[in-house]
Amino acid sequence: MNTRSGEVWVYAEQEEGVQSDIAFELLGKGRELADKLGTKLAAVLVGSNVQGLAQALINSGADIVHIVDDPKLVNYIGLPYRRVLTSLIKKISPQIFLFGATHMGRDLAPAVASELRCGLTADCTDLQIGDYTDKKTGENFTNILHQIRPAFGGNIIATIVNPRNWPQMATVREGVMKALERTERSGEVINHAAELDDFQIPVEIVSILRKHSSVNLKGARVIVCGGAGVGSKENFQLLHDLADALGGAVGGSRAAVDLGYCEHERQIGQTGVTVRPALMISCGISGAVQHLAGMQDSQKIIAINTDKDAPIFKVAHYGIVGDLKVVIPMLIKTLKAK
Amino acid sequence: MSYTSVVCIKQVPDTAKVTGKAMKEDGTINRAALPAIFNPEDTNALEAALSVKERFGGKVIAITMGLPAAQAILREALYRGVDEVYLVTDRKAAGSDTLATSYILSKAVERFSPDLVFCGRQAIDGDTAQTGPQIAEKLGMPAVTYLESIDFKDGRALVQRDIGTGVETDLVELPALFTVTEKFGELRPADVRLVMKYKNYEPNTLSCDDIACDASRCGFAGSPTSVNKIESVVLAGKGFKSIEPKIDAIEALVKELRDEHTIG
Repeated sequence: MNTRSGEVWVYAEQEEGVQSDIAFELLGKGRELADKLGTKLAAVLVGSNVQGLAQALINSGADIVHIVDDPKLVNYIGLPYRRVLTSLIKKISPQIFLFGATHMGRDLAPAVASELRCGLTADCTDLQIGDYTDKKTGENFTNILHQIRPAFGGNIIATIVNPRNWPQMATVREGVMKALERTERSGEVINHAAELDDFQIPVEIVSILRKHSSVNLKGARVIVCGGAGVGSKENFQLLHDLADALGGAVGGSRAAVDLGYCEHERQIGQTGVTVRPALMISCGISGAVQHLAGMQDSQKIIAINTDKDAPIFKVAHYGIVGDLKVVIPMLIKTLKAK
Repeated sequence: MSYTSVVCIKQVPDTAKVTGKAMKEDGTINRAALPAIFNPEDTNALEAALSVKERFGGKVIAITMGLPAAQAILREALYRGVDEVYLVTDRKAAGSDTLATSYILSKAVERFSPDLVFCGRQAIDGDTAQTGPQIAEKLGMPAVTYLESIDFKDGRALVQRDIGTGVETDLVELPALFTVTEKFGELRPADVRLVMKYKNYEPNTLSCDDIACDASRCGFAGSPTSVNKIESVVLAGKGFKSIEPKIDAIEALVKELRDEHTIG
C-alpha cells in the first residue's frame, strides 16, 4: 500500500504586491483536498515586501503561509522563482502543489516539475482525492490526486495521476474553483530565506506595461456573448446594448474575436476565459466544444440562434430560434419597460 | 552577428475535427483517425526563427519528434527556408508525457549548440504549454514564454512577452528558449522553388540512441503521469425550454428570470 503524507500547497501568485484571484480560488479547492487527506493547507508566497498579504490567505483557508521575501524577487522572473520553489519543496516535501494556469503559473510550474522530474498536469478543471491501480504492475495507490482536465480540444475529459513522483503537481484554470468566504482565522506564517546572493539572473526586465482592462468577464453576473453568427461589428453593438440594459458584460467566441467583432480580452472558451455567470445569453454561437468548455457551467443559459440544430441548444436552458437582430431589440425593450 | 536557431515543431491531430472515437483503450490518442496538421503555434515559432535568419543571418534547424508521417511538417519547414530538418522517431519514445518529451527533445536540440531555441507556446492536442519551458530547464537556458517580438542588443535578446496582465520587455542572455504565440505573426508562404526542390525530400532521422538518451527517461518509463480514465464529453440536457421569438414570449421569459432573481 502506498500512502502519502505532507502538506497541500497552493502557489499564491502576486504581482506588484497585489494577490491574484487565482490564489484564493486554489485555496478553496486546496482546503477541500487537505481536509480529505487530514493534512495542512499551505499557501506559498514569493516576492518582495509581501508579508502584508499573508493574513488574507489565512482568512481564505490557509493553515500556513510559507513566505520567501527578498528584493531580488520583486518582479516575477522564471529562474530565481523556480530556484526558490524547488529548494522549498526539497526542504518541506509537500504531497501536492497547485498553481494557477495563468501566464505566470504556466511559465513557472513546468520548470519546477522539470527540475524535480515530477509529473505536472496542465489546466485542470477539477481535482479529487482517490485511489489508483497501476494496471501493468498491479500496484495500488491510495489517496492520490486525481487531476481532471479537458484534452484534445475539449472533446474528452481525462483523469491524470502521478502516483510515484513527488510532489503531485497541477495547474488549475482560472475561474473554475470557488474561493471560500473569508473569515477571521489564525494561521502560521513561516519565513524562509531566498538564498539568491550568489545567483546570477540571466534575464533583465526593462519595462512592464500593464494593461488596465475595462473588461471583467469573470466578475460579471450577466454575460452577453456573441459568435460568428452575429454577422457584423455593427450587429455586435446590439449585444453591448443588451449588456448595458442588464448591467452585464460582453464576451465573444473565438470566431467573433477572429472576425474582429470584439477584442481578444473578451474571448470565452478553452483558449480564452472560463466563466460561470448567473446568466449567459449566447447570440449567434453555434457551440463548438472549445467554446462550451468556457461557459457551460453558467447557471442559466439563453441561446439565440437561427439554426435550430446548433449544439449550443444542447447546453442551453432556454432556446430562441430566431434572428438576433429581431430578438435582442425585443429583450432590450422588455427590460427597459420594467 | 548571426544566430543558429533550432525550432521544435509538432504534427498534431486537428482537434477541431474530432469525430467518433479518437482515443485508444490505454488513453493514448489514435492519431491515425484524424487529419494531421502542423501545430498552429509552431508555425509562429518557425516564423520567428526565419525572421531572425532573414534579419541577422545564420541558420535554422527544425526538429520534430513523432511517427514517420511527421516528415510532412519538416518538408513544410524546408519550403519556407529552413536549412536542416531532423525527425526524432523511436519506439522507445512512445507514450512520453511532457517530461519525457522535453528530455528527448532537449537531447536532440543540444547537438546543434543553438543560440536560440523556438517552440510554439502549446500544441492543440494537449494544450499543456509545458514542453517549451521544460526543454529550457533541461538545457539550462532561460525560457521566455509568450514571445511577441524579438530583437537583439549588445549580445542579448531584446524581447517583448505577453504576461497576461500586460506586456513585459526583457533583455535575455543567450542561449535562450522562446515559446511563441500567434501574436508573433503568421508563417510566410511556401517558396515555389523550395517546394520543387524538397517535395520528395526524406529528412534525416534520429533515434533515442543517436542522441544519447537514457532509456529510463524516455517513453512510458520516463513519464511520471498516467492517464487513469478518459471520458467523452457529453452535452447534457438541462430542462430545455423553447421560447418563440415573439414579444409576449420574451416578456414571459424576462418575468421568469426576474421572479427567480437571475436578473435584477
